[in-house]
Amino acid sequence: MGIEEAPSGFLLTTVEDLAGYFRKGSLWPVTFGLACCAIEMMAAGASRFDLSRFGMEVFRASPRQADLMIVAGRVSQKMAPVVRQVYDQMPEPKWVLSMGVCASSGGMFNNYAIVQGVDHIVPVDIYLPGCPPRPEMLINSILALHQQIQDQPLGVNRREAARAAEAAALEATPTSAMKGLLR
Amino acid sequence: MTEKDPGAGGGSAAEPRTDVTAGGDVLAAPAAPEGREELEVVEVRTGMFGAHGSGDTSGFGGLVRPVTRPLATPRPYGGWYDEVVDVLAEVLAEGGTAFDTAVEGVVVDPPAGSGARTELTIHVRPEHIVAVCQTLRDDQDLRFELSLGVSGMHYPGDVGRELHAVYHLTSITHGRSLRLEVTVPDAHPHIPTTTTVYPTNDWHERETWDFFGIVFDGHPALARIAMPDDWPGHPQRKDYPLGGIPVEYKGATVPPPDQRRSYS
Repeated sequence: MGIEEAPSGFLLTTVEDLAGYFRKGSLWPVTFGLACCAIEMMAAGASRFDLSRFGMEVFRASPRQADLMIVAGRVSQKMAPVVRQVYDQMPEPKWVLSMGVCASSGGMFNNYAIVQGVDHIVPVDIYLPGCPPRPEMLINSILALHQQIQDQPLGVNRREAARAAEAAALEATPTSAMKGLLR
Repeated sequence: MTEKDPGAGGGSAAEPRTDVTAGGDVLAAPAAPEGREELEVVEVRTGMFGAHGSGDTSGFGGLVRPVTRPLATPRPYGGWYDEVVDVLAEVLAEGGTAFDTAVEGVVVDPPAGSGARTELTIHVRPEHIVAVCQTLRDDQDLRFELSLGVSGMHYPGDVGRELHAVYHLTSITHGRSLRLEVTVPDAHPHIPTTTTVYPTNDWHERETWDFFGIVFDGHPALARIAMPDDWPGHPQRKDYPLGGIPVEYKGATVPPPDQRRSYS
């Protein structure tokens, strides 16, 4: 039985902190570039921006050895099943970073050929805007994801947190129904 | 309009023009200059986005672009073009095919003498494309060994000749390039495959099938290449909708590009 399947909520918070600390310290991203954002992703991994400062310079060539998928670029309809398969092949726990506007919302490609946001296919943990985002922005978003992983609850607490997040999202006013200034 | 008139879009100028509306829209395609033959106009497109029905707010409503078909060029074509066409006709005749049966026309564009660098296009009838390719590849005076691919074109206004396949051939031996063009009707979009002559055309023909719906008869595996296998339609045709979804902003929703209101 892994720590994810702990039966109840007691004693978990300390374990959560410890597990989050270890997990965030060695994320293994999968080698997965789709378009121009991948160039910035490679730059982030190379010597100038040096992603290895945060324990993740080795992009794994197999999704079975990875726990972070950086969706770097627009996802075409033809590529969508491949993206999903890569995600399915990654072992739990796993996280998805949607890099750039194209992966996040379709971006400038509002047409028949491109999936309008990779969250139609896989659950996304963090969205990174930009066209393409600078390597510093990618590193910043990875650090933000680290914080998210550090604070991530486990087991029962995680399921409760997911349910609460879903309820809050259903309650929220859709963006198109908001009034007032664009801010 | 040849002269700039800062005061108006044509209507209120000193001499009123009959071929221009008050909004600046040009009613007829511009006439060809003296001494040049009229091109066959297939279609006239106006404005920027192809939408109609409301006032022009963009200033692009006056754009007029006639879509024309080139005329067959009279001899001499200039340079090595005459030699290549002569050799092609001779070798085809030896194989039992008359040149005029296999070839609809030869176009050198822009016309010789205009000073610009010209290009040779041979318009081939679909049933003879394989024989023409074989001749162009194998004859020692032609030797077009390299095919750079098969491209597609769609002219929905050109009834009976809607779909074109274009083959770019290069002779490494002689340092020459020419273009073959095959026209088929939308109702019967069938061209024999050239993969028997140029194996590299395999994926190119799959691409042209995928995007334009031209069927290459005899192709070893004519499957879609860029779109998913179960995709309906052929996306690069002019009448294929762009698609897209409405984009939600705070307090507003913007429809996808081809459903927005007209700007011309």
